[in-house]
Amino acid sequence: MKISIINYGAGNIKSIQFAFKRLGYNAELTNNLEEIIKADKIIFPGVGEASSAMKMLKASGLDTLIPELKQPVLGICLGMQLMCNYTEEGETNGLGIFNTNVKRFPDTVKVPHMGWNTVKNLKTDLFKNIKDNDYMYLVHSFYAEHCEQAIATSSYALEYACALRKDNFYGVQFHPEKSSIAGEKLLQNFLDL
Amino acid sequence: MLTKRIVPCLDIKNGRTVKGVNFVDLRDAGDPVVLAKQYADLGADELVFLDIAATLENRKTMHDMVLQVAEQVNIPFTVGGGISSVADVDILLHCGADKVSINSSAVKRPELINELSEKFGSQCVVVAIDAKEVNGEWLVHLAGGTIPTDLNLFDWAKEVEKRGAGEILFTSMNHDGTKGGFANGALAQLSKLVNIPIIASGGAGTIQHFADTFIKGKADAALAASVFHFGEIAISELKKELKKQHIEVRL
Repeated sequence: MKISIINYGAGNIKSIQFAFKRLGYNAELTNNLEEIIKADKIIFPGVGEASSAMKMLKASGLDTLIPELKQPVLGICLGMQLMCNYTEEGETNGLGIFNTNVKRFPDTVKVPHMGWNTVKNLKTDLFKNIKDNDYMYLVHSFYAEHCEQAIATSSYALEYACALRKDNFYGVQFHPEKSSIAGEKLLQNFLDL
Repeated sequence: MLTKRIVPCLDIKNGRTVKGVNFVDLRDAGDPVVLAKQYADLGADELVFLDIAATLENRKTMHDMVLQVAEQVNIPFTVGGGISSVADVDILLHCGADKVSINSSAVKRPELINELSEKFGSQCVVVAIDAKEVNGEWLVHLAGGTIPTDLNLFDWAKEVEKRGAGEILFTSMNHDGTKGGFANGALAQLSKLVNIPIIASGGAGTIQHFADTFIKGKADAALAASVFHFGEIAISELKKELKKQHIEVRL
């Protein structure tokens, strides 16, 4: 299986590559559009700030390529947020794959939302063998508003979409590569889709 | 619910854990990668690695260690010690560290916090603060607590938050090493003052100390070294007891 991790200069993506290695798969880091198109499974990571990440996507043509992909794509953290319509972070339009917006957590809670939280309302095979109220590791200041495309929710100040799906596109707010056994199951499930 | 985090801390010198680690079921107590993996399997929520001999020659060894931890460990980890520039952090994140912790270098040049949070995001910037209560005032100390400053802990905490720190790791020097409990008064005050997570450090001796720092100290995470390394407290038992006391933990 050919797994591509889109490398557009955002954050710590080695961890994702290592997580696949622990599962016994070789995943390549690449920003080569031809290579990405040929992959069986694509990871769209992202750590950092949304508007600068969008600029990097535009500069490389990834902003038009990603929404046209037909194979399973998994956005992680900021990657998932960039697949939404709009984000308050840097007041930026996203790729418009998921029909929801990204907002900042209110100041009634500590921001960033950092640590292990439960996920619930799990849908689709992405969460196969993962139970309601299993824990995932999250670090984020912005959240995707709950919507029809949510396939998992989490609660922090409010209930928000911590995983989204539209057709072949999946997104998770948490970091499966850092979420111990539950996270490893999710990555394996994604490869099994 | 967001859970409270239990964070074992490993002191690293020349790529090995120091302070003699004596903990059941360990084959190689000195290898930080083996230790890290064991802690992850035992239910630790995060790990902190502190390079206590952060010299230039040791840096390469530290990078190799970070790379190996990232390869083998499936929970997040923070690396600290000797970090003073954007370039230092860039290498550590590329080796697979999730967060970095800065301390003296941030006091000497506070703009470093802005630079790091702008470049890498505040989620990976932990500012460690060592402070000591002297005549009723909490004063920040540098270089592993050896150099006193006239900087007030609470003023400094507010400033690091404003500059973009994602988390504060507060060590009370009055409590560190005493095994008499965490500095819950100062911790609660910090937690009220800033709106970023606080990691309590210094003073862990019993399971109840952890419960107290989460309830009375309002800490978001608790860090300890020797009680875990010497097997005095097992993480699984600690978490079970915290759960019994209605503190949210990941079991």
